[in-house]
Amino acid sequence: MKFTSLLASAAMALGLATSAMAEDKTKVGFVYVGPVGDGGWTYEHDKGRLAVEEHFGDKVETVFVESVPEGPDAERVMTQMALEGADLIFTTSFGYMDPTINVAKKFPNVKFEHATGYKTADNVSVYSARFYEGRAVQGHIAGKMTESNIVGYIGSYPIPEVIRGINSAYIHAKKVNPDVEFKIIWAYTWFDPAKEADAASVLIEQGADVILQHTDSTAPQAAAQEAGNVITFGQASDMSEYAPKPRVSSIIDNWAPYYIARTQAVMDGSWETVNTWDGIKEGMVEIGEISDAVPAEVKEEALAMKAAMAAGEYHPFTGPLKKQDGSDWLAEGETADDGTLAGMNFYVEGLEGDIPQ
Amino acid sequence: MIVLEKRPQPSKAWSYATPLVAVLATMVFGGILFAILGKNPIEAIGTIFWEPLFGEFAFYYRPQLLVKGAPLVLIAIGLSLGFRAGIWNIGAEGQYIMGAIFGAGAGLAFYPLDAFYIFPIMVIAGAFGGWLWASIPAFLKVRFGTNEILVSLMLVYVAEQMLASVSLGLLKNPEGFGFPGSRNLQSYESAHNAELIAGSGMHWGVVTALIAVIFAYVLLNRHMLGFHIRLTGEAPRAAKFAGVNPARLILFCLGLSGALAGLAGMFEVSGPSGVVSIDFNVGYGFTAIIVAFLGRLHPVGILLAGGLMALTYIGGEIAQSQLGLPAAAIQVFQGMLLFFLLAFDLLTNYRIRAAHSEVA
Repeated sequence: MKFTSLLASAAMALGLATSAMAEDKTKVGFVYVGPVGDGGWTYEHDKGRLAVEEHFGDKVETVFVESVPEGPDAERVMTQMALEGADLIFTTSFGYMDPTINVAKKFPNVKFEHATGYKTADNVSVYSARFYEGRAVQGHIAGKMTESNIVGYIGSYPIPEVIRGINSAYIHAKKVNPDVEFKIIWAYTWFDPAKEADAASVLIEQGADVILQHTDSTAPQAAAQEAGNVITFGQASDMSEYAPKPRVSSIIDNWAPYYIARTQAVMDGSWETVNTWDGIKEGMVEIGEISDAVPAEVKEEALAMKAAMAAGEYHPFTGPLKKQDGSDWLAEGETADDGTLAGMNFYVEGLEGDIPQ
Repeated sequence: MIVLEKRPQPSKAWSYATPLVAVLATMVFGGILFAILGKNPIEAIGTIFWEPLFGEFAFYYRPQLLVKGAPLVLIAIGLSLGFRAGIWNIGAEGQYIMGAIFGAGAGLAFYPLDAFYIFPIMVIAGAFGGWLWASIPAFLKVRFGTNEILVSLMLVYVAEQMLASVSLGLLKNPEGFGFPGSRNLQSYESAHNAELIAGSGMHWGVVTALIAVIFAYVLLNRHMLGFHIRLTGEAPRAAKFAGVNPARLILFCLGLSGALAGLAGMFEVSGPSGVVSIDFNVGYGFTAIIVAFLGRLHPVGILLAGGLMALTYIGGEIAQSQLGLPAAAIQVFQGMLLFFLLAFDLLTNYRIRAAHSEVA
């Protein structure tokens, strides 16, 4: 196709141009789904970008475009970055998957890294974090601390990543509090402070005194603060401005080491397609400071669980576990394999309601 | 003291000058905004308006202008007909979504059959979906006198829920590992709205948008129905005497704008987007309202306005990555455009006069 070859030759020319001045600068692009000031998901990716700049100094140049809708707009933004000479492009939302693959085909010399997806190519890697490990810790604290025995959960989209988090939190809340009940609201957005705040308020009105969120803004934290006597957990970022209460702990995504390593790989010419899925052990998932609002003994147990996961001694999905419909999933002592986890589309036994479809 | 004085007749000169003055004012005040953000205003404005058209990579951006502008123009043309007659379809976004669902659904129903008739069926299905969704407020208005502004707007949110539902269920890609979203129509040749000439950005949606412009122009200037539309908007009483049937006009205007929005959605989902996903709609239906007014509800004006909006989107993205301008600043810049347009529009109907202070 003419267009493809035109782009490819342009990319080639640029590729040559960049390699000619390779000693100068490696250009790294970032495509964000929300604004860098969301205080959550995109904020942490941008911290990763800044870490790359700090680590490599004059040797890199980074560019980013924020609030890019998932779809054709993302494709254009990526193409634009590639045309302007980016050597490595991080696309940081699930919905960028097909656009990333499309653009990668046109620019074989540019490396792409897609977060949370599953499609790879010669120049496309995927990476994600085992957020569900952090959810296990949250579930434990939530189960211990809830008085109404109702935990509210703000889901973004019913995709495996989010369902994994719900299951993991539920299993560990249930373990320490057999009466616990989860109420789940699907917001169908990653970032929409108004919708997220509404969802939090509805859950609180329904009696939830713990709010877990899988969306990117701090709006649910603010809603919980206003309601009083509700606890929350920071999502994707520490959200420590809401500590010690409502925010009692958090899951922090630490992308910086990965971004630095991958940028280094491009500089060295050692970049290869990988499928990275790291957790607490590797430091990609961190547990934010557990505040004093949590009783000391609960805090200790939570930290012990974190340490066990870091040491590889404990897996959040360890049998015996059944699926929601009552069928057996994992036998005593058996742990879930990554394949099942990656495509998880069922609730575990005890959760109420259906996954929307 | 300054007072506004109503003109005996709307000023023709101002009605043409307003969009241009608004664009200039947006550039000036946008420039000030960018300067406050610590960017060189000339460079920023230059990047937004110059780079996509004549910059180094214009060979890529120019076709993208067509891709981005076509759905805006197509939807805005439909909306403008109703707006002229005082029929307010605010829910084009929902009709756009339904067009995409119907169009893609029709195509996917044939998967993996390879046949020439699949794409035409999808086009009809897409237009039907949009028409159907817009006919709900039309019918309710005609039958029960409900307010079409509210009903059409509320149906946007219903359509969004339907979109989420089919992405997760009915149209979900069976080979998608449980992730939401349909099969990619780009890789299903019979259903793919591909570029007609590779690299030109011209797909069937662009062609349809151009046809719609011509069609609307002829309708408004050469056809009785167009005359009725204009008459109803400008002089409702006269329209009544001229024998205009308001119910028919409502059904026609809402239905047609819905069908065009549905077509836009269908061409988008089968072409540039490819996938029915929860996030498929990105606000074309709402932006098209701005485009319709920016283009003075005139077909040719809308064509130009659609191009201008597309330019600020694409130029805005370039300014973000090249100059590090925040996305919010670009949105403010686009908002200014509508604001100044409405502000200067005042001068079409009013003139500013220095009033003589009255002596008591």
